[in-house]
Amino acid sequence: MATTTDVRKMPVAATADMMRPPRSLWKDAWYQFRRHTLAMAGMVTLIILILGTTLGPFVYTTPINDIDFSRAIEGPSPAHPFGTDDLGRDTLARVLWGGRVSIAVGITAVLLAISLGTAVGAFAGYFGRLDNPLMRVTDLFLSLPILPLLLIIIFLFRDTLRKLFGPEIGIFLMIVTVIGILTWMPVARLVRANFLSLKNKEFVEAARTVGATDARIITKHILPNVLSSVLVAATLGVGGAIILESTLSFLGLGFPSDVPTWGRLLFDAQNYLDLAPHLALFPGLAIFLTVLSVNYIGDGLRDALDPRKS
Amino acid sequence: MGRYIIRRLLIAIPTLLIISFVVYGILALAPGDPLSQFANNPNVPPEVRERIRESLGLNQPWHIRYVKWLLALLKGDFGYSFMSHLPVINLLIERLPNTLAVVGVAYILGIALAVPIGMISAVKRYSIFDHLATTFAFIGFSVPTFFTGLLLIILFSINLHWFPFIYDSTLKVKDFGSFIDQMKQSIMPIIVLALFDTATLARYIRAEMLEHLPLDYVRTARGKGIAERLVVIRHVLRNSLIPVVTLVALGVPAVFAGAIVTEQIFRVPGIGELLIRSISDSDTPVVAAIVFLFAILVVLFNLVADVLYAVLDPRIRYA
Repeated sequence: MATTTDVRKMPVAATADMMRPPRSLWKDAWYQFRRHTLAMAGMVTLIILILGTTLGPFVYTTPINDIDFSRAIEGPSPAHPFGTDDLGRDTLARVLWGGRVSIAVGITAVLLAISLGTAVGAFAGYFGRLDNPLMRVTDLFLSLPILPLLLIIIFLFRDTLRKLFGPEIGIFLMIVTVIGILTWMPVARLVRANFLSLKNKEFVEAARTVGATDARIITKHILPNVLSSVLVAATLGVGGAIILESTLSFLGLGFPSDVPTWGRLLFDAQNYLDLAPHLALFPGLAIFLTVLSVNYIGDGLRDALDPRKS
Repeated sequence: MGRYIIRRLLIAIPTLLIISFVVYGILALAPGDPLSQFANNPNVPPEVRERIRESLGLNQPWHIRYVKWLLALLKGDFGYSFMSHLPVINLLIERLPNTLAVVGVAYILGIALAVPIGMISAVKRYSIFDHLATTFAFIGFSVPTFFTGLLLIILFSINLHWFPFIYDSTLKVKDFGSFIDQMKQSIMPIIVLALFDTATLARYIRAEMLEHLPLDYVRTARGKGIAERLVVIRHVLRNSLIPVVTLVALGVPAVFAGAIVTEQIFRVPGIGELLIRSISDSDTPVVAAIVFLFAILVVLFNLVADVLYAVLDPRIRYA
């Protein structure tokens, strides 16, 4: 083969480099990522937390709504490793169950925000005509006071959605939609900036000359190049969305008390800080660990996907 | 420069108009009814309820109410609270000092801590101090403010009995003793807010300084024989702070939003606490006024950030 003879003429170091099996961008990134100790620690922690909250309730079968006044507000014990709340309900079971909701809200809300942001950014960056109107809308959304608006929308439409879809699904859909709709703007700006700089590159021109349609150029040629920065933004966004959801629940405007999310557990724990600090400690630590892991993973991904670093 | 500011101001007006429309529209289309508290009260017959509705102007279509509200707003009239029947503006003026005292001190403290931390982290990159500061920053913006608040209450109020965990707004600073009391009750909300601000800003300052440190002008300054301390402070820090100043301005509305949570934890009777209470009371005029106030803050500080950037960086020229 022609390539092998070429390789033989090259200096030893270069040959060794070329004889190695080829690595894709993602394998390369994974190689870099593995060397970022804290990001790896974050990923292990996050996997444990996700497995714990999804599979945990099957292993630890204590029900979340088992009221037992004779065992109310007890500290951690073998029967109740995280203690019990004011109605004698098991905190560990509630923290595990709450994690499902909190993590699901975080991931779904970010998926929505990312899809919206990427779509707006891609259209604005690729089609010059749409750039100005779409960016005006983005600026407008950026000027909205997010937390106060979230609070009023959720408070005002909570009962309607509850009636339409039931207490859990209704509130879940609303919180996810509202967080998604109010947080897509930074992603849109990021994607637009990337599209603006990529759309005049030679590889895009080449694709156009062979007759690729706009839709194909956007999805097959430019978008894959933008994906890595979107991925970093998405990871960091999950942490933000989890904090946002728990803030809403903490203010009493998120999920109702029969759906124990981490924020809601902290809201309920507020009144028993003197008698039962463990009620605040465990859900709070769970939020903190999740968000910290997600942020470290995001940091590791940013380093790993940055072509200047490798 | 003057023309740039005027143009930016002109863009801000339609933005604020649209935001006011969105906010009012959401409130008006929502199923909540400010008179629902009377609905189950047998002492309030339906006729009386209708009359109250009329006197509050609630029987008009919402777009007419919006125009009336907006016109009154332009004259500085925020309307009356449905609950307390006091002018909304009085409620805001009564509560604003409490919010400003906590938020303002916390933000200044946060900036004052973040600048040296970020600077030392960058200059002594990968030192023990840098690792500690980076870890601290990651913890600072990963731990939600309400959890920090509850932890501080558990530690300092319940276990150590150092600080009260409910803010007493009737406390007047008259002498040294009451000043100490005021300090004691504000210290925990301030720490909670300042921790978050310090974490985000310190990381940003570190990154900015690291961008500047290897540049040619720094080498020139060193080559002239200027002491390293002065090179860092007078040359690198000053240039690195330009984007930081805009970030500080952009962060002001977020700090007020953070106060919503903090005021709720420590029961500080400020704007945020008023917002939460008015939302659950369906007190539309107060909610609309506060949300609009937040929107003004965002638009205003975006403008301040842009103008500051233009003033501080002579390389930027606006037509």
